[in-house]
Amino acid sequence: MRAFLEANGLEAYYGWTKVLHGLDLSVPEGKVTALLGANGAGKTTTLRALCGMTTVKGQIFYDGQRIDGKPTEEIVRLGVAHVPEGRGTFANLTVFENLLLGAYTRSDRAKVAEDLDRVYHYFPVLKERRTSQAGLLSGGEQQMLAVARGLMLRPRLLLLDEPSLGLAPIMVAELFRAVRTINQTEGVTVLLAEQNASAALDVAHHVYLVETGRIVTGGPAEVLRGDDAIRRSYLGY
Amino acid sequence: MQTFVAQVISGLSTGGIYASIALALVLIYQSTGLVNFAQGEMAMFTTYMAWSMLNAGWGYWPAFVGACLFAFALGFGLERLVIRPLETAPELALVIVTIGLLTIFNSVAGWIYTYTIKPFPSPFPAAPIKVGFMVLNPQDLGVVGVTLLMLALIYLFFHSTRLGLAMRAVVENPVSSRLVGIRVSWMLALGWGMAAVVGAVAGLMVAPLVFLEPNMMGGVLIYAFASATLGGFSSAGGAVVGGFVMGILENLTGTYITLVGTKLKLTVALAVIVLVLLIKPTGLFGRAAVRRV
Repeated sequence: MRAFLEANGLEAYYGWTKVLHGLDLSVPEGKVTALLGANGAGKTTTLRALCGMTTVKGQIFYDGQRIDGKPTEEIVRLGVAHVPEGRGTFANLTVFENLLLGAYTRSDRAKVAEDLDRVYHYFPVLKERRTSQAGLLSGGEQQMLAVARGLMLRPRLLLLDEPSLGLAPIMVAELFRAVRTINQTEGVTVLLAEQNASAALDVAHHVYLVETGRIVTGGPAEVLRGDDAIRRSYLGY
Repeated sequence: MQTFVAQVISGLSTGGIYASIALALVLIYQSTGLVNFAQGEMAMFTTYMAWSMLNAGWGYWPAFVGACLFAFALGFGLERLVIRPLETAPELALVIVTIGLLTIFNSVAGWIYTYTIKPFPSPFPAAPIKVGFMVLNPQDLGVVGVTLLMLALIYLFFHSTRLGLAMRAVVENPVSSRLVGIRVSWMLALGWGMAAVVGAVAGLMVAPLVFLEPNMMGGVLIYAFASATLGGFSSAGGAVVGGFVMGILENLTGTYITLVGTKLKLTVALAVIVLVLLIKPTGLFGRAAVRRV
Protein backbone atom coordinates (compact mmCIF):
# COMPACT_ATOMS: atom_id res chain seq x y z
CA MET A 1 0.00 0.00 0.00
CA ARG A 2 1.38 3.40 -0.93
CA ALA A 3 2.00 6.03 1.70
CA PHE A 4 -0.41 8.88 1.15
CA LEU A 5 1.34 11.06 3.66
CA GLU A 6 4.94 10.52 4.61
CA ALA A 7 7.31 12.36 6.92
CA ASN A 8 11.05 11.70 6.92
CA GLY A 9 13.26 12.99 9.72
CA LEU A 10 10.66 15.53 10.71
CA GLU A 11 11.84 18.15 13.20
CA ALA A 12 9.63 20.93 14.50
CA TYR A 13 10.53 24.10 16.34
CA TYR A 14 8.64 26.62 18.42
CA GLY A 15 11.02 29.56 18.28
CA TRP A 16 14.37 28.07 19.23
CA THR A 17 12.91 25.10 21.04
CA LYS A 18 13.07 21.81 19.18
CA VAL A 19 9.97 19.76 19.88
CA LEU A 20 10.13 16.93 17.34
CA HIS A 21 13.42 15.08 16.97
CA GLY A 22 13.49 13.38 13.59
CA LEU A 23 10.13 11.70 13.31
CA ASP A 24 9.39 9.17 10.55
CA LEU A 25 5.78 8.57 9.75
CA SER A 26 3.87 6.91 6.97
CA VAL A 27 0.10 7.15 6.57
CA PRO A 28 -1.43 4.66 4.10
CA GLU A 29 -4.16 5.85 1.77
CA GLY A 30 -7.76 5.21 2.75
CA LYS A 31 -6.86 4.02 6.26
CA VAL A 32 -7.13 5.41 9.77
CA THR A 33 -3.75 5.95 11.42
CA ALA A 34 -3.50 6.93 15.08
CA LEU A 35 -0.74 8.71 16.97
CA LEU A 36 -0.88 7.66 20.61
CA GLY A 37 1.08 9.15 23.44
CA ALA A 38 0.91 11.01 26.71
CA ASN A 39 0.31 14.71 27.17
CA GLY A 40 3.30 16.64 25.82
CA ALA A 41 4.65 13.73 23.76
CA GLY A 42 4.47 15.79 20.56
CA LYS A 43 1.27 14.52 18.93
CA THR A 44 -0.26 17.94 18.47
CA THR A 45 3.04 19.35 17.26
CA THR A 46 3.29 16.54 14.72
CA LEU A 47 -0.10 17.40 13.25
CA ARG A 48 0.71 21.11 13.32
CA ALA A 49 4.07 20.52 11.64
CA LEU A 50 2.43 18.45 8.91
CA CYS A 51 0.32 21.39 7.81
CA GLY A 52 2.83 24.17 8.07
CA MET A 53 1.89 25.61 11.44
CA THR A 54 5.39 25.34 12.95
CA THR A 55 8.90 25.78 11.63
CA VAL A 56 9.96 22.39 10.27
CA LYS A 57 13.03 20.57 9.05
CA GLY A 58 12.94 17.27 7.20
CA GLN A 59 10.71 16.19 4.37
CA ILE A 60 6.95 15.85 4.16
CA PHE A 61 5.32 14.23 1.15
CA TYR A 62 1.59 14.43 0.56
CA ASP A 63 0.26 12.46 -2.37
CA GLY A 64 3.77 12.36 -3.82
CA GLN A 65 4.29 16.12 -3.50
CA ARG A 66 6.69 17.96 -1.15
CA ILE A 67 4.65 20.15 1.20
CA ASP A 68 7.15 21.06 3.94
CA GLY A 69 7.68 24.80 3.99
CA LYS A 70 4.36 25.55 2.29
CA PRO A 71 2.00 27.95 4.06
CA THR A 72 -0.91 26.36 5.92
CA GLU A 73 -3.61 27.80 3.67
CA GLU A 74 -1.95 26.33 0.58
CA ILE A 75 -1.69 22.87 2.18
CA VAL A 76 -5.38 23.10 3.09
CA ARG A 77 -6.13 23.91 -0.55
CA LEU A 78 -4.54 20.56 -1.50
CA GLY A 79 -7.29 18.79 0.43
CA VAL A 80 -5.90 18.51 3.94
CA ALA A 81 -8.44 19.28 6.66
CA HIS A 82 -6.96 19.86 10.11
CA VAL A 83 -9.34 19.79 13.07
CA PRO A 84 -7.28 21.45 15.79
CA GLU A 85 -7.14 20.63 19.45
CA GLY A 86 -9.49 22.91 21.33
CA ARG A 87 -11.64 22.83 18.21
CA GLY A 88 -10.84 26.28 16.81
CA THR A 89 -14.44 27.05 15.85
CA PHE A 90 -15.42 30.62 15.05
CA ALA A 91 -17.34 31.23 18.28
CA ASN A 92 -19.16 34.40 17.23
CA LEU A 93 -20.27 33.04 13.87
CA THR A 94 -23.25 30.75 13.45
CA VAL A 95 -22.96 27.00 13.01
CA PHE A 96 -24.04 27.44 9.39
CA GLU A 97 -21.40 30.10 8.76
CA ASN A 98 -18.73 27.89 10.33
CA LEU A 99 -19.68 25.12 7.93
CA LEU A 100 -19.68 27.48 4.94
CA LEU A 101 -16.18 28.59 5.91
CA GLY A 102 -15.11 24.95 5.86
CA ALA A 103 -15.96 24.96 2.14
CA TYR A 104 -14.35 28.37 1.58
CA THR A 105 -11.83 27.15 -0.98
CA ARG A 106 -14.40 25.28 -3.08
CA SER A 107 -16.24 26.78 -6.02
CA ASP A 108 -18.63 23.91 -6.79
CA ARG A 109 -21.70 25.38 -5.08
CA ALA A 110 -24.07 22.54 -5.86
CA LYS A 111 -21.68 19.99 -4.33
CA VAL A 112 -21.18 22.22 -1.27
CA ALA A 113 -24.95 22.22 -0.69
CA GLU A 114 -24.88 18.42 -1.01
CA ASP A 115 -22.03 18.17 1.50
CA LEU A 116 -23.92 20.38 3.91
CA ASP A 117 -26.76 17.85 3.87
CA ARG A 118 -24.22 15.09 4.30
CA VAL A 119 -22.65 16.56 7.47
CA TYR A 120 -26.12 17.37 8.83
CA HIS A 121 -26.86 13.70 8.31
CA TYR A 122 -23.74 12.66 10.27
CA PHE A 123 -24.39 15.20 13.02
CA PRO A 124 -28.14 15.97 13.14
CA VAL A 125 -27.68 18.23 16.16
CA LEU A 126 -25.79 20.70 13.95
CA LYS A 127 -28.80 21.03 11.68
CA GLU A 128 -31.03 21.80 14.66
CA ARG A 129 -28.62 24.43 15.86
CA ARG A 130 -27.48 25.83 12.54
CA THR A 131 -28.52 29.41 13.37
CA SER A 132 -26.98 29.57 16.85
CA GLN A 133 -23.57 31.01 17.56
CA ALA A 134 -20.96 28.30 17.62
CA GLY A 135 -19.71 29.53 21.00
CA LEU A 136 -23.06 28.63 22.55
CA LEU A 137 -22.81 24.93 21.67
CA SER A 138 -21.80 22.34 24.24
CA GLY A 139 -18.26 20.96 24.13
CA GLY A 140 -19.38 17.82 22.32
CA GLU A 141 -21.42 19.76 19.79
CA GLN A 142 -18.49 22.08 19.14
CA GLN A 143 -16.25 19.09 18.51
CA MET A 144 -18.79 17.75 16.03
CA LEU A 145 -18.92 21.16 14.40
CA ALA A 146 -15.13 21.19 14.12
CA VAL A 147 -15.10 17.77 12.44
CA ALA A 148 -18.04 18.74 10.23
CA ARG A 149 -16.27 21.92 9.19
CA GLY A 150 -13.24 19.83 8.24
CA LEU A 151 -15.46 17.55 6.13
CA MET A 152 -16.93 20.54 4.29
CA LEU A 153 -13.55 20.89 2.60
CA ARG A 154 -14.23 17.45 1.07
CA PRO A 155 -10.74 16.55 2.23
CA ARG A 156 -8.59 13.71 1.01
CA LEU A 157 -6.74 13.70 4.33
CA LEU A 158 -8.37 14.47 7.66
CA LEU A 159 -6.12 15.36 10.61
CA LEU A 160 -7.92 15.06 13.93
CA ASP A 161 -6.24 16.42 17.04
CA GLU A 162 -7.54 14.94 20.30
CA PRO A 163 -11.16 14.77 19.19
CA SER A 164 -12.16 13.05 22.43
CA LEU A 165 -10.70 15.72 24.72
CA GLY A 166 -13.20 16.82 27.33
CA LEU A 167 -16.09 14.84 25.89
CA ALA A 168 -18.49 12.55 27.73
CA PRO A 169 -17.94 8.86 26.83
CA ILE A 170 -21.21 8.69 24.90
CA MET A 171 -20.11 11.65 22.79
CA VAL A 172 -16.71 10.04 22.20
CA ALA A 173 -18.42 6.89 20.95
CA GLU A 174 -20.68 8.88 18.62
CA LEU A 175 -17.79 10.89 17.26
CA PHE A 176 -15.61 7.87 16.56
CA ARG A 177 -18.53 6.13 14.89
CA ALA A 178 -18.77 9.10 12.54
CA VAL A 179 -15.01 9.00 11.90
CA ARG A 180 -15.22 5.32 10.98
CA THR A 181 -18.13 5.93 8.60
CA ILE A 182 -16.36 8.83 6.95
CA ASN A 183 -13.31 6.67 6.42
CA GLN A 184 -15.16 3.59 5.19
CA THR A 185 -17.85 5.09 2.99
CA GLU A 186 -15.92 8.02 1.58
CA GLY A 187 -12.40 6.68 1.61
CA VAL A 188 -11.02 9.72 3.44
CA THR A 189 -7.58 9.02 4.89
CA VAL A 190 -7.48 9.88 8.59
CA LEU A 191 -4.59 10.71 10.89
CA LEU A 192 -5.69 10.90 14.48
CA ALA A 193 -3.81 12.10 17.56
CA GLU A 194 -5.28 10.69 20.75
CA GLN A 195 -4.62 10.18 24.45
CA ASN A 196 -7.69 8.01 24.68
CA ALA A 197 -5.88 4.88 23.49
CA SER A 198 -8.74 2.41 23.70
CA ALA A 199 -11.07 4.57 21.61
CA ALA A 200 -8.33 5.21 19.06
CA LEU A 201 -7.30 1.54 18.84
CA ASP A 202 -10.89 0.61 18.06
CA VAL A 203 -11.07 2.79 15.00
CA ALA A 204 -7.46 2.81 13.77
CA HIS A 205 -5.86 0.39 11.32
CA HIS A 206 -2.35 1.47 12.09
CA VAL A 207 -0.86 2.96 15.25
CA TYR A 208 2.27 4.90 16.15
CA LEU A 209 3.42 5.55 19.71
CA VAL A 210 4.97 8.97 20.27
CA GLU A 211 7.20 9.85 23.21
CA THR A 212 9.16 13.09 23.71
CA GLY A 213 9.04 14.02 20.04
CA ARG A 214 10.02 10.62 18.65
CA ILE A 215 8.18 7.58 17.33
CA VAL A 216 8.97 4.74 19.74
CA THR A 217 7.09 2.00 18.00
CA GLY A 218 4.43 1.46 15.39
CA GLY A 219 2.40 -1.29 13.81
CA PRO A 220 -1.03 -2.60 12.91
CA ALA A 221 -3.61 -1.79 15.57
CA GLU A 222 -4.49 -5.41 16.32
CA VAL A 223 -0.82 -6.23 17.02
CA LEU A 224 -0.40 -3.30 19.37
CA ARG A 225 -3.65 -4.12 21.14
CA GLY A 226 -2.21 -7.53 21.96
CA ASP A 227 1.13 -6.19 23.21
CA ASP A 228 1.34 -6.47 26.99
CA ALA A 229 3.73 -3.58 27.57
CA ILE A 230 1.62 -1.24 25.48
CA ARG A 231 -1.57 -2.38 27.09
CA ARG A 232 -0.13 -1.63 30.52
CA SER A 233 1.30 1.81 29.70
CA TYR A 234 -1.39 3.14 27.42
CA LEU A 235 -4.57 1.28 28.12
CA GLY A 236 -4.13 0.87 31.85
CA TYR A 237 -5.31 -2.71 32.40
CA MET B 1 -36.69 74.85 19.86
CA GLN B 2 -36.11 75.54 16.20
CA THR B 3 -32.41 76.19 16.87
CA PHE B 4 -32.19 72.98 18.82
CA VAL B 5 -33.68 70.86 16.03
CA ALA B 6 -31.56 72.61 13.40
CA GLN B 7 -28.42 72.01 15.45
CA VAL B 8 -29.30 68.34 15.94
CA ILE B 9 -29.88 67.82 12.24
CA SER B 10 -26.69 69.55 11.18
CA GLY B 11 -24.97 67.58 13.95
CA LEU B 12 -26.20 64.36 12.37
CA SER B 13 -24.66 65.51 9.12
CA THR B 14 -21.16 66.15 10.51
CA GLY B 15 -21.75 63.08 12.68
CA GLY B 16 -22.10 61.03 9.51
CA ILE B 17 -18.63 62.15 8.50
CA TYR B 18 -17.18 61.31 11.92
CA ALA B 19 -18.99 58.00 11.79
CA SER B 20 -17.42 57.14 8.44
CA ILE B 21 -13.87 57.88 9.54
CA ALA B 22 -14.51 56.10 12.86
CA LEU B 23 -15.80 53.12 10.90
CA ALA B 24 -12.66 53.13 8.76
CA LEU B 25 -10.53 53.16 11.93
CA VAL B 26 -12.52 50.28 13.42
CA LEU B 27 -12.33 48.20 10.22
CA ILE B 28 -8.55 48.22 10.46
CA TYR B 29 -8.40 47.98 14.23
CA GLN B 30 -10.60 44.89 14.33
CA SER B 31 -8.59 42.90 11.85
CA THR B 32 -5.09 43.98 12.84
CA GLY B 33 -5.29 45.57 16.29
CA LEU B 34 -3.73 48.68 14.79
CA VAL B 35 -5.03 52.25 15.05
CA ASN B 36 -4.33 53.96 11.74
CA PHE B 37 -3.49 57.58 12.51
CA ALA B 38 -3.13 58.27 8.78
CA GLN B 39 -6.79 57.45 8.06
CA GLY B 40 -7.84 61.11 7.90
CA GLU B 41 -4.93 62.20 5.73
CA MET B 42 -5.54 59.29 3.35
CA ALA B 43 -9.11 60.56 2.98
CA MET B 44 -7.83 64.09 2.38
CA PHE B 45 -5.42 62.84 -0.26
CA THR B 46 -8.08 60.88 -2.13
CA THR B 47 -10.33 63.95 -2.06
CA TYR B 48 -7.55 65.86 -3.82
CA MET B 49 -7.51 63.08 -6.39
CA ALA B 50 -11.23 63.65 -6.98
CA TRP B 51 -10.51 67.38 -7.26
CA SER B 52 -7.88 66.68 -9.94
CA MET B 53 -10.35 64.50 -11.84
CA LEU B 54 -13.02 67.21 -11.62
CA ASN B 55 -10.50 69.74 -12.89
CA ALA B 56 -9.72 67.44 -15.78
CA GLY B 57 -13.36 67.78 -16.79
CA TRP B 58 -14.85 64.63 -15.23
CA GLY B 59 -18.41 64.76 -13.92
CA TYR B 60 -19.02 64.62 -10.17
CA TRP B 61 -20.03 60.97 -9.94
CA PRO B 62 -17.31 59.60 -12.25
CA ALA B 63 -14.79 61.50 -10.11
CA PHE B 64 -16.46 60.10 -6.98
CA VAL B 65 -16.08 56.53 -8.26
CA GLY B 66 -12.55 57.28 -9.48
CA ALA B 67 -11.53 58.58 -6.07
CA CYS B 68 -12.99 55.48 -4.39
CA LEU B 69 -11.03 53.19 -6.71
CA PHE B 70 -7.88 55.21 -6.10
CA ALA B 71 -8.53 54.97 -2.34
CA PHE B 72 -8.91 51.22 -2.53
CA ALA B 73 -5.62 50.87 -4.38
CA LEU B 74 -3.94 53.24 -1.93
CA GLY B 75 -5.13 51.35 1.17
CA PHE B 76 -4.42 47.96 -0.34
CA GLY B 77 -0.97 49.04 -1.52
CA LEU B 78 -0.03 50.64 1.79
CA GLU B 79 -0.84 47.44 3.65
CA ARG B 80 1.20 45.37 1.23
CA LEU B 81 4.21 47.67 0.91
CA VAL B 82 4.47 49.45 4.26
CA ILE B 83 2.57 47.54 6.93
CA ARG B 84 3.14 43.92 5.84
CA PRO B 85 6.97 44.05 6.03
CA LEU B 86 6.56 45.11 9.68
CA GLU B 87 4.30 42.17 10.50
CA THR B 88 6.44 41.07 13.42
CA ALA B 89 7.34 44.56 14.66
CA PRO B 90 5.91 45.73 18.00
CA GLU B 91 2.60 47.59 17.87
CA LEU B 92 4.18 50.85 18.90
CA ALA B 93 6.47 50.75 15.86
CA LEU B 94 3.43 50.35 13.61
CA VAL B 95 1.67 53.25 15.31
CA ILE B 96 4.71 55.42 14.64
CA VAL B 97 4.63 54.28 11.02
CA THR B 98 1.02 55.40 10.62
CA ILE B 99 1.88 58.75 12.21
CA GLY B 100 4.72 58.98 9.71
CA LEU B 101 2.26 58.30 6.90
CA LEU B 102 0.05 61.06 8.30
CA THR B 103 2.80 63.66 7.98
CA ILE B 104 3.92 62.31 4.60
CA PHE B 105 0.43 62.55 3.08
CA ASN B 106 -0.05 65.99 4.59
CA SER B 107 3.23 67.32 3.23
CA VAL B 108 2.91 65.67 -0.17
CA ALA B 109 -0.59 67.11 -0.60
CA GLY B 110 0.73 70.55 0.39
CA TRP B 111 3.64 70.17 -2.00
CA ILE B 112 1.51 69.13 -4.98
CA TYR B 113 -1.62 71.20 -4.38
CA THR B 114 -0.30 74.02 -2.10
CA TYR B 115 -1.93 74.97 1.19
CA THR B 116 -4.39 77.42 -0.41
CA ILE B 117 -7.97 76.38 0.30
CA LYS B 118 -9.97 75.24 -2.69
CA PRO B 119 -13.76 75.09 -3.04
CA PHE B 120 -15.09 71.60 -3.61
CA PRO B 121 -18.48 70.97 -5.21
CA SER B 122 -21.33 69.26 -3.41
CA PRO B 123 -23.49 66.75 -5.28
CA PHE B 124 -26.57 67.95 -3.41
CA PRO B 125 -28.77 70.94 -4.27
CA ALA B 126 -28.21 74.14 -2.31
CA ALA B 127 -31.82 75.34 -1.95
CA PRO B 128 -33.18 74.61 1.54
CA ILE B 129 -36.23 72.38 1.86
CA LYS B 130 -39.10 73.38 4.17
CA VAL B 131 -40.69 70.60 6.18
CA GLY B 132 -43.36 71.96 8.55
CA PHE B 133 -41.71 74.57 10.76
CA MET B 134 -38.20 73.31 9.98
CA VAL B 135 -35.90 74.35 7.20
CA LEU B 136 -33.67 71.48 6.16
CA ASN B 137 -30.41 71.76 4.33
CA PRO B 138 -30.21 69.20 1.49
CA GLN B 139 -26.48 68.97 2.09
CA ASP B 140 -27.10 67.65 5.62
CA LEU B 141 -29.70 65.16 4.45
CA GLY B 142 -27.42 64.05 1.63
CA VAL B 143 -24.47 63.38 3.93
CA VAL B 144 -26.62 61.40 6.35
CA GLY B 145 -28.14 59.48 3.43
CA VAL B 146 -24.76 58.65 1.90
CA THR B 147 -23.41 57.52 5.28
CA LEU B 148 -26.36 55.24 5.93
CA LEU B 149 -26.23 53.83 2.40
CA MET B 150 -22.54 53.08 2.81
CA LEU B 151 -23.19 51.36 6.12
CA ALA B 152 -25.91 49.24 4.56
CA LEU B 153 -23.57 48.23 1.75
CA ILE B 154 -20.81 47.30 4.19
CA TYR B 155 -23.26 45.31 6.29
CA LEU B 156 -24.48 43.46 3.19
CA PHE B 157 -20.92 42.77 2.11
CA PHE B 158 -19.96 41.27 5.47
CA HIS B 159 -23.14 39.28 5.92
CA SER B 160 -24.04 37.98 2.50
CA THR B 161 -20.86 37.43 0.54
CA ARG B 162 -18.28 34.70 0.81
CA LEU B 163 -15.46 37.22 0.97
CA GLY B 164 -17.23 39.17 3.72
CA LEU B 165 -17.67 35.98 5.72
CA ALA B 166 -13.98 35.18 5.26
CA MET B 167 -13.03 38.65 6.51
CA ARG B 168 -15.19 38.24 9.60
CA ALA B 169 -13.56 34.85 10.17
CA VAL B 170 -10.09 36.43 10.00
CA VAL B 171 -11.06 39.08 12.55
CA GLU B 172 -12.28 36.41 14.87
CA ASN B 173 -9.68 33.70 14.54
CA PRO B 174 -6.74 34.04 12.14
CA VAL B 175 -5.35 30.58 12.94
CA SER B 176 -8.59 28.76 12.18
CA SER B 177 -9.01 30.95 9.12
CA ARG B 178 -5.76 29.57 7.71
CA LEU B 179 -7.02 26.08 8.48
CA VAL B 180 -10.01 26.56 6.19
CA GLY B 181 -7.73 27.87 3.46
CA ILE B 182 -8.30 31.62 3.77
CA ARG B 183 -5.28 33.65 2.62
CA VAL B 184 -5.26 35.78 5.74
CA SER B 185 -2.74 38.40 4.68
CA TRP B 186 -4.75 39.24 1.53
CA MET B 187 -7.83 39.70 3.67
CA LEU B 188 -5.95 42.24 5.81
CA ALA B 189 -4.93 44.16 2.68
CA LEU B 190 -8.53 44.04 1.52
CA GLY B 191 -9.59 45.47 4.90
CA TRP B 192 -7.16 48.36 4.45
CA GLY B 193 -8.51 48.97 0.96
CA MET B 194 -12.11 49.03 2.17
CA ALA B 195 -11.27 51.30 5.10
CA ALA B 196 -9.61 53.72 2.69
CA VAL B 197 -12.74 53.76 0.50
CA VAL B 198 -14.97 54.50 3.50
CA GLY B 199 -12.57 57.28 4.46
CA ALA B 200 -12.56 58.62 0.89
CA VAL B 201 -16.34 58.94 0.91
CA ALA B 202 -16.11 60.86 4.18
CA GLY B 203 -13.48 63.16 2.64
CA LEU B 204 -15.70 63.84 -0.38
CA MET B 205 -18.62 64.65 1.92
CA VAL B 206 -16.68 66.94 4.25
CA ALA B 207 -14.75 68.88 1.58
CA PRO B 208 -17.73 71.03 0.46
CA LEU B 209 -18.29 72.08 4.08
CA VAL B 210 -14.76 72.96 5.16
CA PHE B 211 -13.08 73.63 1.78
CA LEU B 212 -10.32 71.45 0.46
CA GLU B 213 -6.92 71.92 2.06
CA PRO B 214 -4.24 69.55 3.40
CA ASN B 215 -5.25 70.08 7.04
CA MET B 216 -8.98 69.67 6.54
CA MET B 217 -9.15 66.27 8.25
CA GLY B 218 -7.25 67.21 11.42
CA GLY B 219 -10.29 68.06 13.51
CA VAL B 220 -12.36 65.36 11.86
CA LEU B 221 -9.81 62.71 12.81
CA ILE B 222 -9.88 63.73 16.47
CA TYR B 223 -13.68 63.64 16.49
CA ALA B 224 -13.54 60.27 14.73
CA PHE B 225 -11.21 58.96 17.45
CA ALA B 226 -13.66 60.22 20.06
CA SER B 227 -16.51 58.52 18.16
CA ALA B 228 -14.72 55.19 17.94
CA THR B 229 -13.69 55.39 21.59
CA LEU B 230 -17.23 56.28 22.65
CA GLY B 231 -18.84 53.52 20.59
CA GLY B 232 -16.09 51.02 21.28
CA PHE B 233 -13.17 50.18 19.00
CA SER B 234 -14.35 46.59 18.81
CA SER B 235 -17.79 47.45 17.44
CA ALA B 236 -18.43 48.78 13.93
CA GLY B 237 -22.04 49.67 14.76
CA GLY B 238 -20.86 51.34 17.95
CA ALA B 239 -18.40 53.52 16.05
CA VAL B 240 -21.21 54.73 13.81
CA VAL B 241 -23.52 55.52 16.72
CA GLY B 242 -20.56 57.22 18.41
CA GLY B 243 -20.03 59.30 15.27
CA PHE B 244 -23.60 60.59 15.20
CA VAL B 245 -23.56 61.27 18.95
CA MET B 246 -20.30 63.21 18.65
CA GLY B 247 -21.66 65.27 15.76
CA ILE B 248 -24.73 66.28 17.76
CA LEU B 249 -22.69 66.84 20.92
CA GLU B 250 -20.29 69.10 19.06
CA ASN B 251 -23.13 71.30 17.82
CA LEU B 252 -25.08 71.42 21.06
CA THR B 253 -22.10 72.23 23.28
CA GLY B 254 -21.03 74.84 20.73
CA THR B 255 -24.47 76.45 20.73
CA TYR B 256 -25.53 76.25 24.35
CA ILE B 257 -22.30 76.38 26.34
CA THR B 258 -20.87 79.81 25.66
CA LEU B 259 -17.50 78.82 27.08
CA VAL B 260 -17.12 76.17 24.36
CA GLY B 261 -18.32 78.29 21.44
CA THR B 262 -16.36 77.49 18.30
CA LYS B 263 -12.89 77.86 19.75
CA LEU B 264 -12.99 74.95 22.20
CA LYS B 265 -14.74 72.46 19.89
CA LEU B 266 -11.80 70.06 19.77
CA THR B 267 -11.58 70.09 23.55
CA VAL B 268 -15.02 68.49 23.68
CA ALA B 269 -13.76 65.52 21.67
CA LEU B 270 -10.68 65.12 23.83
CA ALA B 271 -12.78 65.39 26.99
CA VAL B 272 -15.05 62.62 25.69
CA ILE B 273 -12.02 60.40 24.97
CA VAL B 274 -10.63 60.93 28.47
CA LEU B 275 -14.01 60.41 30.15
CA VAL B 276 -14.80 57.23 28.23
CA LEU B 277 -11.38 55.78 28.96
CA LEU B 278 -11.80 56.60 32.65
CA ILE B 279 -15.36 55.34 33.07
CA LYS B 280 -15.87 52.60 30.47
CA PRO B 281 -12.69 51.89 28.49
CA THR B 282 -14.42 49.43 26.16
CA GLY B 283 -16.86 52.12 24.99
CA LEU B 284 -20.64 51.84 24.90
CA PHE B 285 -20.87 48.83 22.61
CA GLY B 286 -17.38 47.36 22.77
CA ARG B 287 -16.46 44.01 24.19
CA ALA B 288 -13.56 43.57 26.55
CA ALA B 289 -11.01 41.16 25.17
CA VAL B 290 -11.57 37.93 27.06
CA ARG B 291 -8.94 35.28 26.91
CA ARG B 292 -9.03 31.83 28.38
CA VAL B 293 -5.92 30.97 30.33
